[in-house]
Amino acid sequence: MLSKLRLGRTAVILVPMLWLAAFFFIPFLVVFKISLAEAMIAVPPYSPLLQWDSSNAYLTFKVTFGNYLYLFESRFYLDAYLSSLKIAAISTFFALLIGFPIAYLIARSRPTMRTILLALVILPFWTSFLLRVYAWMALLKKNGLVNDFLLATGIIDQPIQILQTDFAVYLGIVYTYLPFMILPLYTTLEKMDLNLLDAAQDLGAKPYQSFFLVTLPLVKPGIIAGCLLVFIPAVGEYVIPALLGGSDTLMIGRVLWDEFFLNRDWPLASAVAVVMLIVLVGPIMFMRNSNKEAE
Amino acid sequence: MSAFPNTSTVQTQSVPTWRQKDAKPFVQIEQITKQFGQFTAVNSVSLDIYRNELFCLLGGSGSGKSTLLRMLAGFEEPTSGRILIDGVDMTGIPPWERPVNMMFQSYALFPHLSVEANVAFGLKREGLKSAEVNKRVAEILGMVQLGHLAKRKPHMLSGGQRQRVALARSLVKRPKLLLLDEPLGALDKKLREETQFELMRLQDELGITFIVVTHDQEEAMTLATRIGVMNNGDIVQTAEPHEVYEYPQNRFVAEFIGNVNLFDGTVIDDERDTTSMRSADIDGLLQVDHGISCAPNQDVSVAIRPEKIRISREPIDLEVNATTGVISDVAYMGSQSIFKVRLNSGKEIRITQPNVSREMGNRLTWEDRVFLSWDADSCVVLVA
Repeated sequence: MLSKLRLGRTAVILVPMLWLAAFFFIPFLVVFKISLAEAMIAVPPYSPLLQWDSSNAYLTFKVTFGNYLYLFESRFYLDAYLSSLKIAAISTFFALLIGFPIAYLIARSRPTMRTILLALVILPFWTSFLLRVYAWMALLKKNGLVNDFLLATGIIDQPIQILQTDFAVYLGIVYTYLPFMILPLYTTLEKMDLNLLDAAQDLGAKPYQSFFLVTLPLVKPGIIAGCLLVFIPAVGEYVIPALLGGSDTLMIGRVLWDEFFLNRDWPLASAVAVVMLIVLVGPIMFMRNSNKEAE
Repeated sequence: MSAFPNTSTVQTQSVPTWRQKDAKPFVQIEQITKQFGQFTAVNSVSLDIYRNELFCLLGGSGSGKSTLLRMLAGFEEPTSGRILIDGVDMTGIPPWERPVNMMFQSYALFPHLSVEANVAFGLKREGLKSAEVNKRVAEILGMVQLGHLAKRKPHMLSGGQRQRVALARSLVKRPKLLLLDEPLGALDKKLREETQFELMRLQDELGITFIVVTHDQEEAMTLATRIGVMNNGDIVQTAEPHEVYEYPQNRFVAEFIGNVNLFDGTVIDDERDTTSMRSADIDGLLQVDHGISCAPNQDVSVAIRPEKIRISREPIDLEVNATTGVISDVAYMGSQSIFKVRLNSGKEIRITQPNVSREMGNRLTWEDRVFLSWDADSCVVLVA
């Protein structure tokens, strides 16, 4: 009886595990393997890991760390990583700043209103992401709506460059990933017992104190979840910096694309991807730990 | 936790404050009304509560008792009227500035803070030095016997322990007035009784005025110095527990507190020390030994508590306050038995008798014809 139960449990866990193994872990190993090869003009465009020379009966096992060394030696890649992390971090911060009041408002509104507001948050997903980024291009360009408005109201007297700046990238990322911030925040805020705020006030806490001493600590898991959901995809973001950013907006996603499709240097591109994963593991572990502490 | 109330201060004073003519009330509730949209939760309630009282607001759900408590704490602003605490008008004063603390029904302990930190929360807001905070937290946790659990988080505590943390947290700031919302509601029966005495002991030791909201009439009877019975946003009677029980002012109070038999009657004679009524329910005359403010031929109700009725198989030779019927149901409760008796009029009444003897032999039982009687001073005439 017990073993049957265990078998069932294992089976339930096994399905997602197999899924992850097939579509994440094995591909990652392939990428890792490629990152240890050398680029060459061939199909596929990299040197094989194992090579059998039948005439001499030589089995060559060739591994190079040259790609990784190159990444660390070249200032360009380091800058690209740092710039990606910076852009992702700042975007996450603003997404939190904007998302928190929205989530708070939704969680505190009447149940019927809540459903409508939540639907509005999710509504943009019904339109293609690419289309929405193009819409931003139309809004932000020199003769776009934003410039037209600023000119008409007399705030500026000639069109300003918004598109192809870092600002446009921040705007695009915050806009795109805001729902991923709002939803986990809403879930934790909605679960919160409002009596706790009454209790805090009753014990002498002013509203801002009860916010920082009670609401914020209790919503921390939601904040962490929301931040991770925005930060992680934002670091590797390619489309937004490519379409909204300028030529000097350096992000690792674009570097990756360029190495892969323009330079056809698969091994270097793979090394870039592997390092990016390692770079992301750091903040994820940190946040996971602080989340555990909160519990 | 064997804590019986100390016999000191309030209990031993010859005349309680609320009966002294010139006493100054500590909490003055003046014509308070609270409306939520069209709904009137509290309807022009006026109430004076005195220092060191343990006042119970008793009522069913939706009676307005919790709304009244929330207005005292400052969570709700009254639509009209005002509240004075220790002579100070509380209108417009936010909860964090009131000399009042509240113990919440759900306890509302901060789940992310330890027992210690929960209790210290209020003291830290006062800006006390940490040494002083620690001292007072340790002191109050000792008082509620939770010193050994100071580092635990609330979810690691039992219901009774949480209740004591909540109590400690609300007492540690030494408020002038402590509000308790159904303080014993979530506890099991045995723990409730222990905690009731614990509350009375603490109240007595600390000399804080308590206002307790409860729907449990037994709890109110045990705890309170006075009870305010609420119904539909009104206070229908304010009195000491025994008065509320023995001299209910209206039908609602009589029926809400304990069990009661009500006989409908018509006044036939109203004199200064006796009032007589004819009642079809008992097929005879009812008489009470005091005058009432009523007119002849007015319809009234007469309330008699189940334990005030004598029951016997022997016929009684009485012309008033007596009737006869057949036992339709018996419930043996250990210390007492409950009899349901169907009168000739068809009305069923309830009688309780202490089980004085252990013998079962001659007990009254189903289908016995019994004769009932009661004293004129046991009945209460209810006009309303």
